[in-house]
Amino acid sequence: MIVVFGFLIAGILAGFLLRRKQKLIQLADRLTTWFIYLFLLLLGISVGANQIIMNNFAKLGGQAIIISIGAVIGSLIVANLVYLLVFKKKENEE
Amino acid sequence: MKNSLLIISFFALGVLIGRFIFLPKTIIQTDISLYALYILLLLVGIGVGSDAKTRQALKNLNIRILSVPLSVIIGTFIGASLFSIFIPGLRLKESLAIAAGFGYYSLSSILIAQISGNVLGTIALLSNLSREIITLLFAPLMVKYFGKIAPIASGGATSMDTTLPIITKFSGKEYAIIAVFNGLVLTLLVPFLITLILK
Repeated sequence: MIVVFGFLIAGILAGFLLRRKQKLIQLADRLTTWFIYLFLLLLGISVGANQIIMNNFAKLGGQAIIISIGAVIGSLIVANLVYLLVFKKKENEE
Repeated sequence: MKNSLLIISFFALGVLIGRFIFLPKTIIQTDISLYALYILLLLVGIGVGSDAKTRQALKNLNIRILSVPLSVIIGTFIGASLFSIFIPGLRLKESLAIAAGFGYYSLSSILIAQISGNVLGTIALLSNLSREIITLLFAPLMVKYFGKIAPIASGGATSMDTTLPIITKFSGKEYAIIAVFNGLVLTLLVPFLITLILK
């Protein structure tokens, strides 16, 4: 977790110092998109190569996904209310 | 829709490669996706640090930021308890403990396995990993239909690292601070909530 924050904060500092260099910032934005795809590919590979996940998925995956779908839908609905009541209202005021 | 399809394709391709193509053990064990994540977070940081709207958002920051992790906790527990009706084999308490991982699958699965055994630990691993994957795959659609807080809420504890890049891409860089804050609060709560629920 500390490493994760280290990279993030290093990036934010670099971005702040380089904020006038539009070309570099645009390049970082484009690279971000490609690294998102690369990350998803690599995440997929580690899931596909993980024996615990692959062997138990047929038996326990259904139950696991029902819980996560419930948790996600619940969070989305409450977050939508919060967005409309707290954040969007504020955006309109500004 | 096009974005979600592209995201799903890359992930699905990865799963097929990992499952059916023989990869040297060292590649799998070193977990390159972690290094890709580090570079990704550096790049996201550069985007966020150079963004004028983010500096504005930082100035306007106030107590309302607390409403985000709070709504995730409430929404997660209501949703998981309602959906646990469809899983007769699990007790409500167990479903709630699994949901209290908020996507933080490594810690939640280890904790739950220690308290309640390996089967429940494995369900916790699969459930929380799928919460992260659902967020990554459907973030564009979530923003479209549930507002800009939606992928942050869906990402739960992961909104500060693995799902952060996709959140800043589809909700906007000015939501990065909220996402990191949300992830941090939920990550810190995971061990407390799980022990509290199961013991």
